[in-house]
Amino acid sequence: MMSTQTINIATVYASLEHVMDPEIPVLSVVDLGMITGVELEETGVHIKMIPTFAACPAVGYIQQQIKTTLESELGVAVSVEVDKQVHWQSNRMTPAAKEKLKNFGIAPPKVLTGEISTEIMMEVPCPHCGSEQTYLRSPFGSTLCRAIHFCKACGQVFEQFKPLE
Amino acid sequence: MMNNAALTDLIIKMADDELIQGHRNSEWTGLGPVMEEDIAFSSMAQDKIGHAWALYRMLHEDLGGADPDSFAFLRPEKDFKSSHLVEMPNGEYDFSLMRHFLFDQAETIRYESLQDSSFEPLRLLSNKVKGELKYHTLHANAWIMQLSRAGEESYSRMQQALNDTIALAAGLFEPSPVYEDALIAEKVYPGETALYHRWLDRIYPVLVKASLNLPEAGAIVPVYGGRQGIHTPYLQPLLKEMSEVFNLDTEARW
Repeated sequence: MMSTQTINIATVYASLEHVMDPEIPVLSVVDLGMITGVELEETGVHIKMIPTFAACPAVGYIQQQIKTTLESELGVAVSVEVDKQVHWQSNRMTPAAKEKLKNFGIAPPKVLTGEISTEIMMEVPCPHCGSEQTYLRSPFGSTLCRAIHFCKACGQVFEQFKPLE
Repeated sequence: MMNNAALTDLIIKMADDELIQGHRNSEWTGLGPVMEEDIAFSSMAQDKIGHAWALYRMLHEDLGGADPDSFAFLRPEKDFKSSHLVEMPNGEYDFSLMRHFLFDQAETIRYESLQDSSFEPLRLLSNKVKGELKYHTLHANAWIMQLSRAGEESYSRMQQALNDTIALAAGLFEPSPVYEDALIAEKVYPGETALYHRWLDRIYPVLVKASLNLPEAGAIVPVYGGRQGIHTPYLQPLLKEMSEVFNLDTEARW
């Protein structure tokens, strides 16, 4: 059994990398930028996290997964809190995460430099063939965080992880 | 010290509108005119109910209110502060779409104004909701434009839908006779009248692009009452259906 004296921030993050998003199982909560704080306390570890979209139905499940995974891997008590001070933006997603997302078949969000515009949703590169000859079919998809696009080059419908301000 | 009664009144109005509009959106699930629209209204339903939930949690955690589930599902009709606009049945797709456009533009204006709120929980939530609403208005604007340009029948139905909804939508901005001045003075938000004018300025350019005629502001007689607990005959049946499962066992743990 480890105590909080034998673990550090890096070991906590390493363990958080094992908690995957239930809707996109190739991405961890760290990849997605959902972790906003890790605090080592005398009695255990305190994690602050944020959902991607406010109405994400998986928040409770993810909180539970963080708690169970970390408690079993680190052997300390873990508490998980939704951080209200920070809100999720698609720019929080790491470049490595975007690569994994693309390989999984979902187009990653473009980097946002200002507010969302219609343009940022156009010509999203197709994750299957790479073509930019695509158009937005609907800003809503199979989950809150995805939009539906169509690729004119390969003739396939594909999903995109939506950019969010 | 903030005026908690005034804040509570404002947040209940916002939350109830989100909950009831969310429920109406969900009634399109399985019935949308095309698959993408079915998915869009279902997704927006999820967003709205999520936003309502965040607001009910704020009442509970920051203002000493009841727990969100029992507050949402166990209140009598007269304690709801939803607007008449969101209570109306879905009707045909043209009505639902026009309501979606007017409602989501109104919400956008409201959450934008809360970016400067003196009440921190509302300010923080508005950052989150504002970004998500972009997709609602993007969707609404695109369809208003497409259907208004899709031939004579389509155009006249969109104009009719606008004529039928505009006074109801103006009723979203019903000022509180009791709390309005306090909320403005304490810089919680700029007040309903200011939001109403910003909203008219926001919807006007989209309607112009769609060649739809917005009635003169002076000719719009807002439909008030919802904020005071006076509702349309459509709310009670909706509440009964919405709370049916919850009421089977109000103590159940899911």
